[in-house]
Amino acid sequence: MSVPPVAGARETPVANPLFEYLLRLGDDRLVLGHRMSEWCGHGPILEEDIAMANIALDLVGQGSSLLQLAGVTEGAGRDEDALAYFRGEPEFRNAQLVELPKGDFAFTMVRQFLFDAYSVLQLDALQKSTFAPLAGLASKALKEDSYHLRHSSDWVLRLGDGTAESHARAQAALDELWRFTGELFESDAVDEAVRDNGIVVDQAAIQSRWQQVVADVTRRATLTLPPAGASASGGRRGRHTEFLGHMLAEMQIVARSHPGAKW
Amino acid sequence: MRGEESGVPTREQVLEILEQVKDPEIPVVSVVELGIVRRVAVAGTQVAITITPTYSGCPAMREIEQDIRAALSAEGFDDVILETVHSPAWTTDWIGAEAREKLRAYGIAPPGPAEQGGLVTIARRRAAAVCPRCGSSNTSLQSEFGSTACKAIHVCNACREPFDEFKAF
Repeated sequence: MSVPPVAGARETPVANPLFEYLLRLGDDRLVLGHRMSEWCGHGPILEEDIAMANIALDLVGQGSSLLQLAGVTEGAGRDEDALAYFRGEPEFRNAQLVELPKGDFAFTMVRQFLFDAYSVLQLDALQKSTFAPLAGLASKALKEDSYHLRHSSDWVLRLGDGTAESHARAQAALDELWRFTGELFESDAVDEAVRDNGIVVDQAAIQSRWQQVVADVTRRATLTLPPAGASASGGRRGRHTEFLGHMLAEMQIVARSHPGAKW
Repeated sequence: MRGEESGVPTREQVLEILEQVKDPEIPVVSVVELGIVRRVAVAGTQVAITITPTYSGCPAMREIEQDIRAALSAEGFDDVILETVHSPAWTTDWIGAEAREKLRAYGIAPPGPAEQGGLVTIARRRAAAVCPRCGSSNTSLQSEFGSTACKAIHVCNACREPFDEFKAF
């Protein structure tokens, strides 16, 4: 199914843009955190297994705080657990990039690098927001994601400029992931509307700095950036790849089978 | 039960109690020493405490909240409001000299000055961690991530012992 380009597309007004915006921020981190957590116990070496579990924990923690704030903003009595476990796939607002299966180690690390660089730039802009609860969460998450970026960019270098095998896998990952990166920088009516809430993020400026960083690291890693082309889109409006539903089934099964369970 | 007669605590009393609440993962330093407790206010019988998380996903935070309530309750203070703030973001620079020495004695290298975050890629660390066991600076970073969110793993090339470092953050 082809998705019309966002720029210039007529869109129906969003009922609660701030809620939508916070869902996008929270879902990106919750979904990527869950994908990262799938490595727990399966890492290539013990240190890396621990590192990936730590990164997953940070991301799920950030997602939890952002969804909690989203729930408060919505004002319908949903908390972070209700939003994480009792929304269906079309209600998730994450970019498609983060929902793709974890793939091999190179795929996971290249994706993490592409997201980390984006996230650091986005959070840096958000921490200057005049919407204080979000600015606080952003300043906290920024420190964590800066640490993640150092780790993931190190791995892109080691894999790209490593053996023939690791280079081939890193290049294949970059080739496959590239068309999913455009969605991160889309701007629509929601971004426009939250300006009234003091959230001003210049997506075009972020994209241009992101491209510089990605070009620099991939060049040093002897990887070749794929040519610009058609970009995947739709996640921000609830249109996802076939992979998200499967992931959610696994992520949500316990909460849905035993609603309200305590231990 | 010091507060039993009146049930009205003083701020000093509350701080004294909080000094007894240790980090569940590092039981030699208190939540006050780590900079997790940001503000303590007492109004009548009500104690208002503001805390800040170390890492967004730190699993110890919920336990720390429970420990704070339990410690105050044990002294007869049950009217407690716990508030969490995220800004200013927690930094290891808030850990004082005394607590750093406690970490070292416990076998964890204390954190250096917090590093500048932001868009830094493929960066090497500035200074080697000092081995908490033999004091050598001839150490190697093993992994930037360790047994808990706040630690990294190093190995000492002099005494050959692995050790945790409290990450500068």
